[in-house]
Amino acid sequence: MPEKTVTVGSSVGLHARPASLFVQAAARQPVKVKIAKPGGEPVDARSILLVLGLDARGGEEVILSAEGDGAEQALEELAAVVATNHDAEAA
Amino acid sequence: MARWLHGLGVSGGEAVGAVARLASPPALFPTTEVVVDAAGEAARAIDALTAVAEDLQQRASTVTGAASDVLIAQSMIAGDPVLMDGVSALIETGQDAPHAVDAAIGEHRRALEAAGGYLAERAADLNDIRDRAVAHLLGLPMPGIPDPGHPFVLVAVDLAPADTATLDPAKVLAIVTERGGPTGHTAILAKQLGIPAVTACGDAAGLSDGQSVLVDGANGEVVADPSDGMIADAQRRADAKAERRARSHGPGRTADGVSIPLLVNVGGPGDLAATSEADSEGVGLLRTEFLFLDRPTAPSFDEQVEAYRAVFDAFGGRRVVVRTLDVGADKPLAYLPQDEEPNPALGVRGLRLAQANPELLDDQLRAIAQAAARGDADVWVMAPMVATAQEARTFADVARAHGLARVGVMIEVPSAALKAQQVLAAVDFASIGTNDLAQYTFAADRLAGDLAELLDPWQPALLALIAQSAGAGAGSAEGRPIGVCGEAASDPMLALVLVGLGITSLSMAPTCLADVRAALAERSLEECQALAEAALNASSAVTARAAVSELVRQQSAAPEVAESQPA
Repeated sequence: MPEKTVTVGSSVGLHARPASLFVQAAARQPVKVKIAKPGGEPVDARSILLVLGLDARGGEEVILSAEGDGAEQALEELAAVVATNHDAEAA
Repeated sequence: MARWLHGLGVSGGEAVGAVARLASPPALFPTTEVVVDAAGEAARAIDALTAVAEDLQQRASTVTGAASDVLIAQSMIAGDPVLMDGVSALIETGQDAPHAVDAAIGEHRRALEAAGGYLAERAADLNDIRDRAVAHLLGLPMPGIPDPGHPFVLVAVDLAPADTATLDPAKVLAIVTERGGPTGHTAILAKQLGIPAVTACGDAAGLSDGQSVLVDGANGEVVADPSDGMIADAQRRADAKAERRARSHGPGRTADGVSIPLLVNVGGPGDLAATSEADSEGVGLLRTEFLFLDRPTAPSFDEQVEAYRAVFDAFGGRRVVVRTLDVGADKPLAYLPQDEEPNPALGVRGLRLAQANPELLDDQLRAIAQAAARGDADVWVMAPMVATAQEARTFADVARAHGLARVGVMIEVPSAALKAQQVLAAVDFASIGTNDLAQYTFAADRLAGDLAELLDPWQPALLALIAQSAGAGAGSAEGRPIGVCGEAASDPMLALVLVGLGITSLSMAPTCLADVRAALAERSLEECQALAEAALNASSAVTARAAVSELVRQQSAAPEVAESQPA
């Protein structure tokens, strides 16, 4: 199953606005994407509750995985959202 | 038939309007009924969650910034597919929709609470979604601030900080609560927003939605079903007040002609149109963070010059006090990595940032000087978060080296107020940031809603530090100007106290200028000094406000001097 490891770019971590942006982007994908912390249980990336529950902090790595047509493209796009420092553009 | 209710007047002003009650969270009772049509019940639950999500999404679109982000996140939680699956699964086991929603959200809430820290704080937000979804399913009114579609008088048992944070002064004509005291957050927020408010009004329990009430926030009186004559009288008083405001224009001065420049606070280019047209003597605080925040790289020198020029041109011929960059670990910059600090308010921020990054301040001062060279604005610069005379001197040296003639500091750290004489010896003026000065004096986080009482600008200890600073200004050889640019300056009655303490200029939101100007014009400096003494001698913010209010009444032939600030 295609996977991609990426470092969380926002210093607040995958919380607050960065988490919302990530989940919104995941919901737009044609394939189901999962997100996990290294060694952790992968969770549905379209669930804000589960993504928040991961408690991924800024600078920590997360592993994205997806299967099916367009999986690579989806991982690419979501990895970019995770890696971006959204704090820099936030209010 | 008119009926009088009595409470505590905590925020002055009169208002007439229809009651809208804050609904309580819907209660859920145990049930033994087992759902037969699980599919239909699940659809009902999902419809309710979807409706809540859509409503929150719609509310998010009516606000901006952080408030919008929070509502969007709330909306996404309500619409979370995993939550919906969980609710459906519980309904399969025989639970009805309200109980399944309650249980599924409760499960997620407990998981977040167990994680602690930031996640535990988010857990409380789930309660609101639970309340909304359950209310929707039971056909009960939505909990939270009501939205009847027209301005209303908000009536509640009590208001939680989460309720008051989203109050829109354009919609809430007045606030009446059954509980609450004179200094609770309801009182403080109402005063900040300029909304008349009465708390501790037990009889308000009998008021119902849509009922007409007249609220007098100064005297703590609520009249249910007022007569037309009473409404007309209230309207006449409001008109007289408006007329007094309309008559007030021109430079700020006391009744005996002492000049007190009235200035405006400007946060960014978006404010320029409204602030430059306001009847003010200039800008008392130009925040420059707008140029530096929310971007991946630092603004170029030319970009800075252009931005400052836009402000100086808009305020041509008037004073513009520019505050240099006030960021730090509390508002980090993407291009200036800082170590995470456990306590950012007490960390490397404001002028302290320039010690490690002198080029940032140097560039900014050079850009300000270049922009000021053209045009006729009277440009002053000041540094934030100055704690010692040495810091003031270092800043002044750099600023003067760039040809800036009027150099000052913010007084917002208690050490700077205590040694104001030495700090002022190094600079030309100072401006007191009462919000931060209160935070640091009372060791009370500005963002902690529960500590709002300590942050009341009427706290005598805060006023004593202001007096100390102002006295140092007046005592210096040339009489250095000492302004106030915090919340305190926009409360008309407190503004009189500040002038009495020796403050020489007041900077505020443009909407507050007229009331402060009108209040000043009615008092002599000597009267202001008497008010200041009364406030300083009080033992609490409440008694300070009460003592000054009483003295104002005695001093005044006209009975109604602004008791509170406007929205």
